[in-house]
Amino acid sequence: MEDRIPGGYDNFVIPFLAGMAFILAYCIAKLIGIIMHMPSDDRKKLLLSLVNPRIIAKNIADIFSDCLLHVKIFRKNPKLGYMHMSIAFGWFMLIVIGHMEVAEFMPEKLHTFYYPIFFNYFVLKTADSGTALAVYEFLMDFFLLMVLSGVGIAVFKRFRSSIVGMKRTTRPLTRDRIAMYALWAIFPLRLIAEASVAGTGGGGFLAMSIYKAISPLMPESANVLPIWWAYSISLGIFFFMLPYSRYMHIPTEAVLIMFRNAGIRATNAETGFSLLEQYSCSTCGMCIDACPMTNIAEGEKNASVYFIRNLRYGGGKSSTKSIANACLMCNKCVAACPVGINSCELKRRYRSADYDGMPARQYGFVPSMETHPATIGNTAGNPCMEDHGNRISASYAIAGTKGQSRGVDSKPHKTASCKQNEDNVYNKKAIYFSGCMTQLTPSVSRSMERIFKAAGIDYSYMDRDGGLCCGRPLMLAGNDRDAASLIEKNTGIIETSGAEILVLSCPICYKVFKENYRLGNIRIMHHTEYINGLIESGRIKIRRTDEKLAYHDPCELGRGCGIYDEPRKIISAAGHLAEASENRESSICCGGSLGSITLTYDQRSKVTQAALESLACGSPDRIVTACPLCLKTFGTYSALPVEDIAFTVARSLEN
Amino acid sequence: MTPDINFGFGLSKSSRINLDNADNEKFRELAAREPDILKCMACGSCAASCSAGNFTELNLRKIILMLTRGAEKETVRQLESCMFCGKCILVCPRGINTRHLIKSIREIYCRPCAEPETGNGI
Repeated sequence: MEDRIPGGYDNFVIPFLAGMAFILAYCIAKLIGIIMHMPSDDRKKLLLSLVNPRIIAKNIADIFSDCLLHVKIFRKNPKLGYMHMSIAFGWFMLIVIGHMEVAEFMPEKLHTFYYPIFFNYFVLKTADSGTALAVYEFLMDFFLLMVLSGVGIAVFKRFRSSIVGMKRTTRPLTRDRIAMYALWAIFPLRLIAEASVAGTGGGGFLAMSIYKAISPLMPESANVLPIWWAYSISLGIFFFMLPYSRYMHIPTEAVLIMFRNAGIRATNAETGFSLLEQYSCSTCGMCIDACPMTNIAEGEKNASVYFIRNLRYGGGKSSTKSIANACLMCNKCVAACPVGINSCELKRRYRSADYDGMPARQYGFVPSMETHPATIGNTAGNPCMEDHGNRISASYAIAGTKGQSRGVDSKPHKTASCKQNEDNVYNKKAIYFSGCMTQLTPSVSRSMERIFKAAGIDYSYMDRDGGLCCGRPLMLAGNDRDAASLIEKNTGIIETSGAEILVLSCPICYKVFKENYRLGNIRIMHHTEYINGLIESGRIKIRRTDEKLAYHDPCELGRGCGIYDEPRKIISAAGHLAEASENRESSICCGGSLGSITLTYDQRSKVTQAALESLACGSPDRIVTACPLCLKTFGTYSALPVEDIAFTVARSLEN
Repeated sequence: MTPDINFGFGLSKSSRINLDNADNEKFRELAAREPDILKCMACGSCAASCSAGNFTELNLRKIILMLTRGAEKETVRQLESCMFCGKCILVCPRGINTRHLIKSIREIYCRPCAEPETGNGI
């Protein structure tokens, strides 16, 4: 095997080389910028992750399955998955096998960047290369065919997105179109270019058969250079357009995976890690179909893809803000995103700019620890015992004294079926925090008290006479600073209570307690987990009826905290579970979410209707949810009776 | 008859507001941003359900009334205890987005008196 062209160089490689040099320089400069803008703790995490073998292994596995094979998209939509996999994995294999081929036959040329890309043009293949060459040629043509099939689907999808099962797809920008047409052109041009020199450069089943078909028509002296120029120029255009188009996700996604596996998260909406997330968005538009706001007229423009695009290209500030503030923060787009971009967190961070320069709130009206009903009897010598100001209102002082008589409700009595190991959390003192929303749906807290009593739990009810908010609503609005103040006050009350388990009946509270409170050894449980444990350990017994119960996954409990199975177990113990058409990770927000700051009453009702339609699919007798806010929202519109899961259990209690 | 007998009621402090002297500039800005504020019928559902109102004087019904009359100092003080929990939206029979209203009131009435940031993030 030898050089067909003396020197192994032709000017047509210049567009490719220029594009390659540009994109490499751009990526390195951006990466340095991103790392410089990260907090120093995050830089340390990144450095440590690069020497941690466990994280390295995870990085490799994730990059392979997410960037090349696109397993996540395959699972959701096989046709779309094939399209992405064929282009990404096929192209990757073309590059790898192309380099291996050069390394095998012309190792002295490997250092020139362009040689493996335009190998067939420069080389004169002789018959003595044997079967190894045939295998390489077959593989190269096989993967090129794979890429071409993917490009074919992509072209077709542009005109009819329904072919790959997408109802809506993103409106591409002009810059995206230029890069897209260049990408579409690369592979057919490569095939034609390789076929044109197959007489000297060889080729597999694809290039060779095209060569055989066209060679009788071609004169011996035919100039094949223009087609190689076209191939190189299309590559060059594509590389030059990368940073300015959606295709920037190709070099960025692998880096995003490494940063994420190192434990780095967005700390603001515009620089550092979030820039990496913006670049990694391929604007595939899978979040558009996922977004519950598509049920609202013109709601589609609020999809996360447009928010990220606005952030990245600096689109109008008012429209960026209006998308950020409309979002329900239901996280459905995050669950649907094949790249795993946490767009809701970016929006939350974006919202926080509204509080710059605002006076910080201290919430000094917090009830003092001595009078708090939850802390009676546990106050001696506790370091948390400070008087948090004198602004306690008279109404609370009365509530506090009332609480004294209720403080200790019942002593735990051990039943025979109860496991006696010390791990049994149900023998430990519990503190129940119902949360603000539950005060609007008292059926939940009353049911919880019935269940506690039936199970013989020693519990105290932290906010029976009203309490502080958990802080999550402020955080959803982007106001972490004021939320921190509430978190501090609530932490003090819970620590002083002496309880070992904190039971919450509101998923909004549950999420913030799980993620942002530092409660030491106190176990935090949502009431679905707690009740399920009570049923499984035999502490309570419930009647099973023939009723069909549809379960609605609340956003903050399901996607927010990953609790899907416990509520289903409880419902199966009380009746027949009828699944909604969109359940678990795809469950539709009830529409009442506190995440949205600007959606109006009417707009919210459209989302509620969509969720109710999905729930009605299994023709249930009742709708069961595990969130007081969902309960309240559905209650207004539902034709079917709606109840909280605690109520379902309490009305079926046998003991 | 001793003059200091406590009958349980007495003369309350005058709450008269001189509308001629009231500066409604900010309220007009607020009403342009939050036209829904004019829909309020002062039913008081928001105040009755308010988590913070349980402990403090925070009363959104009163705040809206006071703002329409140009009395803003008290509202700024009261809104300091709002925890943004959103119960008031759920109970408002007029469908007013009370959370956004509160945010706008704070932005319009509190920003000039902003203090340097002392808070810490989470």
